[in-house]
Amino acid sequence: MLKRHGLFARAAGIALAAALLAGCAAGGQDQAPQAADTAPAQAPAATEQGGGDAPAEAVDEVLIGLLGPWTGAVAQFGVAKRNGAMLYIDQFNARGGLQIRTVDFDEEGDPANAIVGYHWLFDQGINALIGSVTSAPTMAVVPEAFADNMPMITATSTHANVTVDAATGNVWTNMFRSCFIDPFQGTKMAEFAVEVLGAQTAAILFSNEIDYSIGLTDAFTVRAGELGLEIVAVEVFANEAMDYVGQLTNIAAANPDVLFIPAYHQHIALIGPQSVAAGLDTVMLGADGWGAALEAIADPSSIEGSFYLTGFTVEDESPLVQNFINDFVAEFGHQPNMFAAQAYDAAMILINAIEMALADGFVPDTDEFKSSIIAHMAATDIQGVTGHITFDQYNNPQKTAFIIQIVDGEARFWGTF
Amino acid sequence: MLFVSQLINGLQLGSIYALVALGYSMVYGIIKLLNFAHGDIIMVGGYIALFTLTFGQHPLIAAALTVAGCTVLAIVIEKLAYTPLRFAPRLSLLITAIGVSILLQNLAQYFFSATGRSFPGHLLLPQGGIALGSVQVAYTSIITILTSLISMVILTILVRRTRLGKAMRAVSEDQDAARLMGINVNSVITFTFAVGAALAGIGALMYSVRYPLMFPTMGAMLGLKAFVAAVFGGIGSIPGAMLGGYAIGMLEVLVTAVGLSGWVDGVVFMVLICVLMVRPTGIMGRSIMEKV
Amino acid sequence: MKAFTIPTPVRYGINTALLILFLIAGNAITQSGLLGRAQNAIIIQVGFFIILAVSLNLVTGYLGQLPLGHAGFMAVGAYAGALFWRAHILPETLSIVVGLLLAGVVAALFGILIGVPALRLRGDYLAIITLGFGEIIRVVLTNLDSITYGARGLLNIPRHSSFLVVYICVIISCAVIHTLMKSRHGRAILSIRENEIAAESCGVKTTYYKVMAFAVSAFFAGIAGALFAGNLGILVPANFDFMTSINILMIVVLGGLGSMFGSVVAAAVLTFLPFVLQPLADYRMIIYSLMLIIVMIFKPSGLMGSYDFSLSRILEKVIGKALSLGRDKGGKNHGKA
Repeated sequence: MLKRHGLFARAAGIALAAALLAGCAAGGQDQAPQAADTAPAQAPAATEQGGGDAPAEAVDEVLIGLLGPWTGAVAQFGVAKRNGAMLYIDQFNARGGLQIRTVDFDEEGDPANAIVGYHWLFDQGINALIGSVTSAPTMAVVPEAFADNMPMITATSTHANVTVDAATGNVWTNMFRSCFIDPFQGTKMAEFAVEVLGAQTAAILFSNEIDYSIGLTDAFTVRAGELGLEIVAVEVFANEAMDYVGQLTNIAAANPDVLFIPAYHQHIALIGPQSVAAGLDTVMLGADGWGAALEAIADPSSIEGSFYLTGFTVEDESPLVQNFINDFVAEFGHQPNMFAAQAYDAAMILINAIEMALADGFVPDTDEFKSSIIAHMAATDIQGVTGHITFDQYNNPQKTAFIIQIVDGEARFWGTF
Repeated sequence: MLFVSQLINGLQLGSIYALVALGYSMVYGIIKLLNFAHGDIIMVGGYIALFTLTFGQHPLIAAALTVAGCTVLAIVIEKLAYTPLRFAPRLSLLITAIGVSILLQNLAQYFFSATGRSFPGHLLLPQGGIALGSVQVAYTSIITILTSLISMVILTILVRRTRLGKAMRAVSEDQDAARLMGINVNSVITFTFAVGAALAGIGALMYSVRYPLMFPTMGAMLGLKAFVAAVFGGIGSIPGAMLGGYAIGMLEVLVTAVGLSGWVDGVVFMVLICVLMVRPTGIMGRSIMEKV
Repeated sequence: MKAFTIPTPVRYGINTALLILFLIAGNAITQSGLLGRAQNAIIIQVGFFIILAVSLNLVTGYLGQLPLGHAGFMAVGAYAGALFWRAHILPETLSIVVGLLLAGVVAALFGILIGVPALRLRGDYLAIITLGFGEIIRVVLTNLDSITYGARGLLNIPRHSSFLVVYICVIISCAVIHTLMKSRHGRAILSIRENEIAAESCGVKTTYYKVMAFAVSAFFAGIAGALFAGNLGILVPANFDFMTSINILMIVVLGGLGSMFGSVVAAAVLTFLPFVLQPLADYRMIIYSLMLIIVMIFKPSGLMGSYDFSLSRILEKVIGKALSLGRDKGGKNHGKA
């Protein structure tokens, strides 16, 4: 369980920092923050004003689809995403006015099922899609959705080629995401290791069975090479591995300044305690996959002093984030993790674009309506619970990266980076 | 020194595989069923231990409840799902076992959610360890290794020295002949399942302390590895299952230690295949005479 | 009384005509939008699961062995076909055909490579060794990421798996395996299942036939793999894990060991079932597994048992009955067309 502690002054500034740093975070493209103008609370008014040539009052429902694994090996990500997205949708519907209706499909983390699921959702007449969760199913669906001009946003698929066609380099213009991409995180953590921690040597422990882990490792290795950070050990683990002591013992023998572990929290929950058994005493670095590590780990002291990058922190004191956390806890009985938060934002981005498309007078269930949603999503400029979000030319979010440090067994906000 | 600590680590991992492999091997020995649900019984055991410990039960009570829970679950499964298929083709029984495995995983997800839960291992076994020279050995490692050895000894005595063990051996040799000899085949099979599941319960405790994360699909990979271990040692053989468990555990750790961590599963299976080429029924397996 | 039989050439004529009709009608229906798009997508997936099940059935149902590494052959074929298609070195139609053949041949080579040592073992040891090979193939595909892109995913695979392509492959694989089993070789394979030692002492070259059955089975699994790749457009080694092999085995056993018709029916049922159960949401997989258990308990020999559908047999029965009725009325014509 995460407790919110200390650093109030610093945390209170996160919202402001988020807005100011949004552009710089991912490569210095300037985006003027205009959060207030597009906050969703104001949007229903816009709906009433708009619709000059279309009967606006006739549009009281828009159907969207949710695609993800609610069962199977990656169900925990899928369920977190569904909870986050549904929370926003329920809150939005509770405001009255436009109602967002949803249909959902369980693809079990399987690309083949995801394709069937997409077509089924299409047959139900969805106007937009939130999904899928892991990268492979999303990448299987994107070309089909692109051909249908279907607006699509994922909260968790971090593979670089989710929004960009690998063969042609063209952007899948219909596809957006509210999560960081793999290369961004790997690069950031290499820079953090060198510039903040002053590391000379690093080791990497990653899984070659998880595309997320490979993507981060590649970017980290490249950036480390540029910064003169020497990689002294690279160890690999299987996705469903339970024993890491062999790898950790090797790493301990190499004695690196930092250990980069691009993995998910369920891996960290096992790696942490075993690093003690292996006699490893190195600062560990992680990325957003670490999000719920403290909730899953039996012995938090084993990852004491580690740093990880995330797009979401429960220590953010802004009312938007705190309301989200309170509502989430009230609804589901536990703290939201980063996946849920990003899904909340994905739903927010999408519904905001739907409202604007309605305001422009487009009628749901038409191709023009979908095109308009896509255009408005591309122009997103919104304050979400994971920071201020705009999209770059590849439809990837430009938002602030938070660094969290594990201090006294708790996730402390360290700062933005 | 590094080598010794890797060795102990391999032994601990191997002990867990061995405990699970014993259950696999016993059930296989008696009704020739690859009980795919065995790994999932361990998962259920892990959750039972988690909840009993979280509710503040004494570690011994928690352990007893875990073993009892696994045993009862296995008996229920055997009575409901496997007994009706006693005379069905073996593959149908195998598919039923897979069905039970999927069922247990999804029931667990429905009731306990898909998200991993941490296991309070320190409530069950003492932390810390002793220094053997320059090598630090955790108490949990020692307890795990000893538990697996003691389990094997008790099991061997049970099978070799008791009437029930004699009945088990008879049933595994020839069910019909055993029945003619007045052995209650059904209850012997049920008893075998119960013993296998009790071992799974112990395995669940040892596993949970070492790998303190409970999630609904955690038994699948463990079950598969244990199955491999059982075959490696010679399925149906008690010392074979132990040996197989240790061999697979050591092999995994050693392959990693020499820097081939990306190839662990590949190398393990390669060695398994080579062993089976030389000894087609596993290291300790009996060679079966083929008759027309 | 001599039973009425339809002469072989006429049988083949009827069957071929019906199959062509099925292809044309199926293609028209899937293109027409009569069914939903999801249903069309599933029908295509049913296609490659039929091929996988029918090919596994050759080894499991007819040869009587239990391989647990079918997904490995599927993987080899999938990657071979996908890499070939991605290279775009031939015009499209030719490329599809060559890619499928290549997938089949590469998989068959692996079938022989694995079959020769594996078939020395019996029963469950064969099961574990094929399981091992399947996992090794997956580990190799994961580690050879300069060629396969490993877990990053092999992307941009041309989507060649249209209804026609898939179902032509389905028909060819069913026809080849059916013909094989009706031939001298098929009887040799069945004799190995019934009693290997007896078969060997009667002069059946058991090793040869085992390896042949393995290779043919792998060949079609490879083709199914390529169709799978052409359907998804993306491949990751995790698609071909142990559970995939188990799912294929599940189709074969549920359909009925040794029943090709059963494999076809079960492939359709097991592919449609999770989809049909979607409205159950969180209960879905619970209900699915319960149904699986219940079917096995009440119908242990599978949905179809060892029954195989034969149109000619049904026609013969109907015509035979009609003729005997006619004969009873006084006619003495004997069906001899």
